[in-house]
Amino acid sequence: MCGIVGLYLKNPDLESSLGALFAPMLVAMSDRGPDSAGFAIYGNEVDRGRIKVTCMHEDAAHDWDGIARELQVSFESNVSVSRNANAAVLRLAAEADEVRGFFAENHPDVSVMSVGRSIEILKETGLPEAIAERFKLPDMTGSHIIGHTRMATESAVTTEGSHPFSTGLDLCLVHNGSLSNHNRLRENLKREGIQFETDNDSEVAAGYLEWRLREGDSLEDALEHALEHLDGFFTFAIGTRRGFAVLRDPIACKPAVLAETDDYVAMASEYRALAGLPRIQNARLWEPEPGKVYTWGRNAG
Amino acid sequence: MDFDLKTVSVRDLNQALHDMDETTTGEVTVLNPDGCHALACGIDAPINVNIKGHAGYYCSGMNKQARVTIYGNVGVGVAENMMSGTVRVKGNASQSAGATAHGGILVIEGDAAARCGVSLKGADIVVKGSIGHMSAFMAQAGRIVVCGDAGADLGDSLYEARIYVKGKVASLGSDCVAKEMCNEHLAELKGLLEVAGADADPAAFTRYGSARELYNFKIDKSSAY
Repeated sequence: MCGIVGLYLKNPDLESSLGALFAPMLVAMSDRGPDSAGFAIYGNEVDRGRIKVTCMHEDAAHDWDGIARELQVSFESNVSVSRNANAAVLRLAAEADEVRGFFAENHPDVSVMSVGRSIEILKETGLPEAIAERFKLPDMTGSHIIGHTRMATESAVTTEGSHPFSTGLDLCLVHNGSLSNHNRLRENLKREGIQFETDNDSEVAAGYLEWRLREGDSLEDALEHALEHLDGFFTFAIGTRRGFAVLRDPIACKPAVLAETDDYVAMASEYRALAGLPRIQNARLWEPEPGKVYTWGRNAG
Repeated sequence: MDFDLKTVSVRDLNQALHDMDETTTGEVTVLNPDGCHALACGIDAPINVNIKGHAGYYCSGMNKQARVTIYGNVGVGVAENMMSGTVRVKGNASQSAGATAHGGILVIEGDAAARCGVSLKGADIVVKGSIGHMSAFMAQAGRIVVCGDAGADLGDSLYEARIYVKGKVASLGSDCVAKEMCNEHLAELKGLLEVAGADADPAAFTRYGSARELYNFKIDKSSAY
């Protein structure tokens, strides 16, 4: 099963309440995915040349300040740290690959959840409500957010196997469904230099999009190509630094509902997750068509 | 009788509806449905039920006798396995609307998504908008009327259900063919449109039905099975 939800704000006045609007959406999908939950929130962007690295460690008292000092020396950049439960967001001037390399070499016990100028991914095993509470989701601010509640089918119930998956800068994906050709595709993508952390099928979809975007596709084109190359069942919600997209496979077994007002675009597996949004009664409400790419975005900056 | 789902559980609502029988008449109003699943399922009483908002999956499933109106959209499988009565959706329906329904009539005033009337067993479905792909798959009996367009593979592996479409059909499924509109078909379509309250000219519709080529195994046609 699994539940997916997304909220993309068109009205900047709502950005201060993004987390508060989104938390009930995630919790409403608990029946569809009680094994683990996670979300990717976009906002509080760092300046060009700097990146945010969201990391997690099993020890909530992990020495993130010590890691920040090491990063400061290695990358000759000032590093700021914000802690959130057993996660931390580190901000510095560096290349994403080099930072991932730094952690792989010096701190293999740290999981790098996301890297980008805007994205922060937080995910964990357990009920969605507990996860929203642990990371203080209702207090979070930003421009858009996508989330997932997981009922595991294709790989183990672990934090790493939870969604959202991110393989590229500021790119992430949540998936309801299962892919049939992920093993072959993963091998092909590895040859293209895309790195994978898990055996999960959905991570392959995220890696596929990263590869297409790297090859010069727009988000729309990358998703059109995904329809050709991904075999299986899927409803995807995709986040980029400035954009939000939804795609269903042509068979469309996996559900999705979209709602749009002047203030926001919201997506969910079921309407239940949207029922508490402001002025939902006046929203344009529809089921996304099979095999059709839906995107929203701000001007890139 | 009002049930506000902000204060009453779906289970309590359905139990109250199940406690009604042949002798019960009157109106039941359901407030704040907020997309809950399995609303007003398994009713067997000649009552009117008004659901004031969007409903979730399997709304009015297995309905007998009741006239249920949903003032909003519905999720997967509205009126699935309906036996009799009327279910009217004022908005759009998600996939598998009216699946395996045996009797009664399902009216969808908006659009219906994929697999509308899948394995239909005798009920009537009137959709004022359009329907999605693989609709009427293996439909055995009953009538499906579509005032808009139909998606790909309409009526695949169809048995004896009759399909009337006013707009375009993206493609026909295996063994589904266009058929002549005779007077009896114009008359039954006129009746269905009237019951549904759909303002459309029966003469503007095309009838589709089974070519009956897949009923028995034929080795020459094995690729079509």
